[in-house]
Amino acid sequence: MARTVTSSSARGTRLGRPLRRVPRVLLVPAVLTALISLLPVAYLVVRASGGGIETVVETIWRARTWELTVASLGLAAAVTLLSIFVGVSLAWLVVRTDLPGRRVFGVLAALPLAVPSYVAAYIWIAAFPGLTGFTGSVLVLTLVSYPYVYLPVAAALARIDPAMEEVALSLGRGRMSVVLRQLRPSAAAGALLVAMYALGEFGAVSIMRFDVFTTQIYTSYRASFDRTPAAVLGLLLVVVTFVIVVAESRSRGRAAYATRGAPPRRRRVVALRPAGKAAALVWSGAVAAAAVGFPFAGICYWLLEGASSGVRPDRLLAAFGATVGMAAAGALVSTALAVPVGVIAARYRSRTASVLEQASYVGHALPGIVVALSLVFFAVRYAYPLYQRWPMLVLAYAVLFLPAAVGAVRASVLQSPPVLEEVARSLGRGPFAVMRQVTLPLALPGVTAGAALVFLTAMKELPATLLLRPTGMDTLATRLWTETGSGAYGAAAPYAAVLMLVAAVPGFVLGRRSTKEDT
Amino acid sequence: MSMRRLIAAALLPLALTAAACGGQATQEAQTTPAPGTSATPESFGENSLVIYSGRNENLIAPLIDKLKAATGVDVQVRYGDSAELAAQILEEGDRTRADLYFSQDAGALGALSKAGLLAPLPQPLLDRVPEKYRGADGTWVGVSGRARVIAYDPRQVKDAPKSVFDLTDPKYKGKVGWAPTNASFQSFVTALREVSGEDKARKWLTDMKANDTQTFAKNGDILNALDEGKISAGLINHYYWFEKVAEKGEAAVPSKLAFPQAGDPGSLVNVAGVAVLKASKRAEVAQKATDFLLAAEAQKYFSDDTKEYPLIEGVPTAAGLPALDSIKGPDLDLGKLDSLDQTLTLLKEVGLV
Repeated sequence: MARTVTSSSARGTRLGRPLRRVPRVLLVPAVLTALISLLPVAYLVVRASGGGIETVVETIWRARTWELTVASLGLAAAVTLLSIFVGVSLAWLVVRTDLPGRRVFGVLAALPLAVPSYVAAYIWIAAFPGLTGFTGSVLVLTLVSYPYVYLPVAAALARIDPAMEEVALSLGRGRMSVVLRQLRPSAAAGALLVAMYALGEFGAVSIMRFDVFTTQIYTSYRASFDRTPAAVLGLLLVVVTFVIVVAESRSRGRAAYATRGAPPRRRRVVALRPAGKAAALVWSGAVAAAAVGFPFAGICYWLLEGASSGVRPDRLLAAFGATVGMAAAGALVSTALAVPVGVIAARYRSRTASVLEQASYVGHALPGIVVALSLVFFAVRYAYPLYQRWPMLVLAYAVLFLPAAVGAVRASVLQSPPVLEEVARSLGRGPFAVMRQVTLPLALPGVTAGAALVFLTAMKELPATLLLRPTGMDTLATRLWTETGSGAYGAAAPYAAVLMLVAAVPGFVLGRRSTKEDT
Repeated sequence: MSMRRLIAAALLPLALTAAACGGQATQEAQTTPAPGTSATPESFGENSLVIYSGRNENLIAPLIDKLKAATGVDVQVRYGDSAELAAQILEEGDRTRADLYFSQDAGALGALSKAGLLAPLPQPLLDRVPEKYRGADGTWVGVSGRARVIAYDPRQVKDAPKSVFDLTDPKYKGKVGWAPTNASFQSFVTALREVSGEDKARKWLTDMKANDTQTFAKNGDILNALDEGKISAGLINHYYWFEKVAEKGEAAVPSKLAFPQAGDPGSLVNVAGVAVLKASKRAEVAQKATDFLLAAEAQKYFSDDTKEYPLIEGVPTAAGLPALDSIKGPDLDLGKLDSLDQTLTLLKEVGLV
């Protein structure tokens, strides 16, 4: 009866039970968030049905479609499993062992977030041209996305109350039974992000010349100007995502994961034996070298190689400003939209709650171009004055990266004890006051970390930025695209380097946070 | 406290942005004192223009500056991928913000023309370029040309390949690079279909595939693999080679270009071209810009700077290039290159895209 162990702090009393009725103050903004994230899906339905049922059926039954489905799912599965392995192993070594230099490794483990997948792919393929196809795609995508697992798992490991582990031992069960159960929601949430990221990824797989769903969608737009097959493929991707999202929320189960009160004072640290220590050092070092050292070294080489081709500082500065500004606005808006959904997902158990949460995820595996075109479609019709203005781009970032923010809000709300909210409620506070005065302040560090994650990801975004940016505005990513597009790789390097350095700042902070003793 | 630090980390970039934006604004104010420059597209004056350009900013921005200087038109350019911009225009429909669409290839222009989104151009403008380099319905006109070539490695291949049909030879097994998702390649396959017929095109594609032809994402990647000696021939556009020589120097580019023999679809000349949007309220300004692009100054720019072929009479081609009318490419109406759908069907059947 492992469940009793994990939920012993919250279960058994009427107070700790998940609530059923979602108050209007949360429901209304959450519905708005869900509707915004469903915009791309609505657009795809319009476009797919516009082409007539024959095109739809013909696209679905094409043998190639199924080959691509298998390729996409295979890629997502391999990347997700490997990311779980890498992320969980590093988190355990950094948080729960006496690994020498574990703080440094903790920071390094988060830094791959600063590396855009297309830059990583380009650098790997430049160094190892044979590394194309499935293997190369899996390698690059795992190396850039395992931090999505590492960060939440490290945070969860640091929060597990050793008292629970002792309870487990006293009941004759292994310590790991508690640890694994407590890790499951954070590992699953991270894995879900990785899976959706791998499904929707285009840049790296196209450089690796591996044909998947997204490459086919791009080909459909780029070569045939026919939006119907692309829309049908996009909808299939939505269905696949939906299945994965539902599976993840089922696996999460109904257990409550809150600790009783303050975070644990002490943490059980495993003393590694010399051989284990050596192996752990080799493993952590190898991951850091491949995921961080190699791309940064590659950028340095690239910079030196193209040193002759001058960069225009005014352009670099303008692109830097636009990148940071847009990404920061995107992070703020995503987080604001995510809070009601995340709180509902953490605190309420009802059909409405799960529908709202799942709705904010389904569009996430769609490639950037689909999200961008859907916003073009709606903006031109219903928000023309905002079209090709920065708010539209910010909205695109919110639609694309909402799940990371929702996940962060949900996880951090879950980890704070619901009892405090019950107390506030029993003192006569309304739902809004409870959220503002109790729930959010407790969850703030986690929510801020989620915002940092969105900020990082939005900085690297390219396809939606190209289509939705204000005319004449350039981000570091679009400059990088322009330079590489004209074959000016030397001139492109500074943009890639600045992009990675700026993204490394929040990456560093997130990494530091993961190794903190007290959070 | 980690939270305080997180907030500080979030605020620092914001402060920097504010500084950068402030700097940018003052800079703009200094360089462009004219009123209305910071205006939004719809509040633009009569003498202004929005161009959606599928051509790379690095290649085209200097030309846009010349356009501004020569015509006094206030030009805003939105850069993107040709086909993605075409998809954007298709979504925008009659509410497009584009006045002029500048496409990398004829296919995207054909698609917009087919969708009825383009306005006819005046005949005198059309007549400046040979008939084969403009739209059959007069809604778009080519402004510069590029030739498909076979780039080859003289270290590995003694005799330059004379035809794309040479490349199915076993001596090229696993040694040829192509980019099946690249628009220029697909235009070439369309030409192959039109000139040699569906069956021969299919056989060539199948034979090439059976010959283990290497797939790349971009022309530039093919050229890099070629110069690194990993393949011995590749199907690209002529100007990629000239660009790479300009960037890396001739010593870093051991490959050479072969212009296939007369009539071979492998020497197709495709064009980059422009079209005026039907929904544009500034059609006259857009035509003025088209007029500029088809006059000597702009045509000389294509020849000298982007190493493309000028299309009007009297402007010489770049050194090292055979004359445009000496390339006896396939006898083909470029308008037929919009039969890309069939090409894609064929490429899909063969399993290439």
